[in-house]
Amino acid sequence: MNDLSPTAFLVTSSIKVFLVFSVLLAVVALMTLMERRLAGFIQDRLGPNRVGPFGILQPAADGLKNILKEETMPATANRFFFVLAPALAIVPAVITFAVVPFAAPLETPWGTVGMIVADIPIGILFVLALGSLGVYGLFLAGWASNNKYAFLGGVRSASQLVSYEVALGLSIVPVLMLAGNLTLPQIVWEQQQLGFWYVFPLSLAFILFVISAFAETNRLPFDLPEAESELVTGYHTEYSGMKFSMFFIAEYSHILTASALMATLFLGGWSIPFWSGDHMIWYEGMLISGFTAAGEPVAANPAWWKTLLTFVSFALKTAFFVLVFMWVRWTLPRFRYDQVMHLGWKVMLPVALAYVMALAATILVLDQLGVEGFLFGAVLTAMSTLATVIFVFFIDSDRLISGSAVSGTDREVRSPVRTVDRPTLRPGSGVGAGR
Amino acid sequence: MSKKTVELEVSRTPEMGMDFRPAHGVLPPVDLTEPVLRSEKMLINVGPQHPATHGVLRLVLELDGETVVRCLPHIGYLHSSFEKLGEYRTWNQVIPLTDRMDYLAPFIYNCAYAMAVEKMMGVEVTERCKVTRVVMMELDRIFSHLLWLGTWAIDVGAFTPFLYAFQQREKVYTLHEAYTGARITTSATRIGGMMADLPEGWLEGVREFVNQFPQTLDEIESLLSHNAIHIGRTQGVGVINGEDAINCGFSGPNLRASGVPYDVRKDRPYYDYETYEFEVPIGEHGDCYDRYMVRIEEMRQSCRILHQALDRLPDGPMNVDDPRVILPSKTDLMNDMESMIHHFKLVMEGVKAPPGESHFSIEGSKGELGMYVVSDGGSKPVRWRVRPPSFINLSVIPKLVEGGLFADVIMVNASLDIVLGEIDR
Repeated sequence: MNDLSPTAFLVTSSIKVFLVFSVLLAVVALMTLMERRLAGFIQDRLGPNRVGPFGILQPAADGLKNILKEETMPATANRFFFVLAPALAIVPAVITFAVVPFAAPLETPWGTVGMIVADIPIGILFVLALGSLGVYGLFLAGWASNNKYAFLGGVRSASQLVSYEVALGLSIVPVLMLAGNLTLPQIVWEQQQLGFWYVFPLSLAFILFVISAFAETNRLPFDLPEAESELVTGYHTEYSGMKFSMFFIAEYSHILTASALMATLFLGGWSIPFWSGDHMIWYEGMLISGFTAAGEPVAANPAWWKTLLTFVSFALKTAFFVLVFMWVRWTLPRFRYDQVMHLGWKVMLPVALAYVMALAATILVLDQLGVEGFLFGAVLTAMSTLATVIFVFFIDSDRLISGSAVSGTDREVRSPVRTVDRPTLRPGSGVGAGR
Repeated sequence: MSKKTVELEVSRTPEMGMDFRPAHGVLPPVDLTEPVLRSEKMLINVGPQHPATHGVLRLVLELDGETVVRCLPHIGYLHSSFEKLGEYRTWNQVIPLTDRMDYLAPFIYNCAYAMAVEKMMGVEVTERCKVTRVVMMELDRIFSHLLWLGTWAIDVGAFTPFLYAFQQREKVYTLHEAYTGARITTSATRIGGMMADLPEGWLEGVREFVNQFPQTLDEIESLLSHNAIHIGRTQGVGVINGEDAINCGFSGPNLRASGVPYDVRKDRPYYDYETYEFEVPIGEHGDCYDRYMVRIEEMRQSCRILHQALDRLPDGPMNVDDPRVILPSKTDLMNDMESMIHHFKLVMEGVKAPPGESHFSIEGSKGELGMYVVSDGGSKPVRWRVRPPSFINLSVIPKLVEGGLFADVIMVNASLDIVLGEIDR
């Protein structure tokens, strides 16, 4: 159960890349079905149920249709970028998954294989970097189409993604402060050690991350780049067939990746709650499950069933967030462009900054006092809960989302309109009561 | 292909903002001493084929970034010349034209036209017919407002309320179909009555609909009315005060949202509306949100009226006993010489209205709907003219959206509740 030989590393890595990629795409296909079935459930209708049992083959039918459809390209489009844009949209969304650990390391006859495609030391930076790249696909698509709706969609996506990138980054900072490391397996490990999922001690960071993730994935209520009531379909107005499908797949890959990140950063990743059997981390070339009181590392004992169980745990957590994404989409209306910007720069950014400062101060104080373990987590939980309550109170009291740009009036929650029971002016009757 | 492209390039001038690429030719010299933010305005067509224009309306917008500088509505894509066509139809044959004008509330248009002609002819419809028409009109007010609510929800970005609203609309469709055989183009009224008596069980169907409908309305309201995003999108958008609203010719819910409590049903009651208990919802701010709330409340009030109308619907004949306008019964036709003659004249020549003119206005779902008919004593109208509420409401849209954002245009357009069939006529 030590390092793999170079050959074994190459072989297992190739298998992992292949498996993760194909499973990712298969899950994305199923997510489109899930979304439509869920929408059907929410909207009191059936959703697709004709192709295969429960409509399970619907994604295949859709895919086939999109491949066979005619690819149209506007005469005035920039051909190179028009074709490049869908690829640029899909690649970052899929690649980001490489640094997400999806199960406990697997014991094989050739050594222990980490269940992560690329355990690189700068995992989170990698996530942020690729997240920023995603905007290129949308912006290029909008620009290259030479269509005004698409152009506006592209401009909107660029400004929106850039704005929320900041809040996204700042909402990850608290995680880094607690974990003290950039790799995602380490973050999972730290959460196991603390005994708290970070969603509790870092609740406000979690909320900010979720909001930013919605904006980053262009999902309702932040789907302004493709706001269909204004911009027809925004940046992909001119796309058809498989190129349109690529944007579609990119959006769902983004959702899946964002959900996996939420699960990993805030919900303990693949770890199973209240069970220490799955505590595993690579430490100086060996897989350990913890340290003795004397500081000696204790070797972990991975097993295939542990891998399987932890994978189920990870899948469930991710599926939960995917569900939330879809649930929100079919419930909420859409923001207006200036409100999105307002929320991003004037609400999310200051709140995230203030929270980082407050958290840093709290951690510093706790470290000075020598508080550790459960108490450490509990104090942070209390502090974060307080911050969250304050934040939600302000959001809920309608003080944060500004009113319209037309009149500049403050918004208010109004009571229902007055009704007047007026006496009729000229009581007349029936025919002939007109002028 | 390439030749065509070049032509396009040349025809676009930088002033029009139609091109995002540098203009052909020499660029004007730029004064480098002071920083100039050079920006161009963009012309953008919303419609005639656009998901949010509710028909074939075309709004030409001049955008400065996302801000609307100028808005120019273009109409006429659905022009069918209904009023002129009406001059070549007999009085009763005009009725199918009326419901094609507002296909969202066909009964209201059917009734308004029939009432105008009846007023001119001095025909007093039976009590049963009156109450039936009230039921029809209030049902279609809900019917029309439901479509508005659904499309409003879509325009604000929420898809689910749309389907809830359409589920309810489907029930009204079924009621339409049960009575008239048609789901949209009902053509239900005749001069002096209705096309048929109510079918068995139809009233129970209406009652069932009215009983379960408010729950759905509550559900939709819970998704929108207090939603922060919805409020943020609609409050303070497209504001028009009461005075301006009157001067612009607003009527119906749009006018009442600006605080003017004008409702034809209260001010010039017809069909015994003064005996029904209902209230007129009015707004205070005259913005999109108030227009939304007023319509929501109107649907509840319509339910109240429907309950009362269903309770008071009397038995008796549906059509007037007037051989000038209504065909005699089959038995009379076979046994009575005079009835035979009336039948022949009615079938061969149609209803004949005495010379004269009349205007009759009712409270339609979209505003005050007026019908003006002129007769020279023949069996066809000499002139038929409609006072179109949507047309007049639409004319205000540039005033409401200029200076706002692009997304506001969509909300204002949705809040005015227009129907293009009637605007273009």
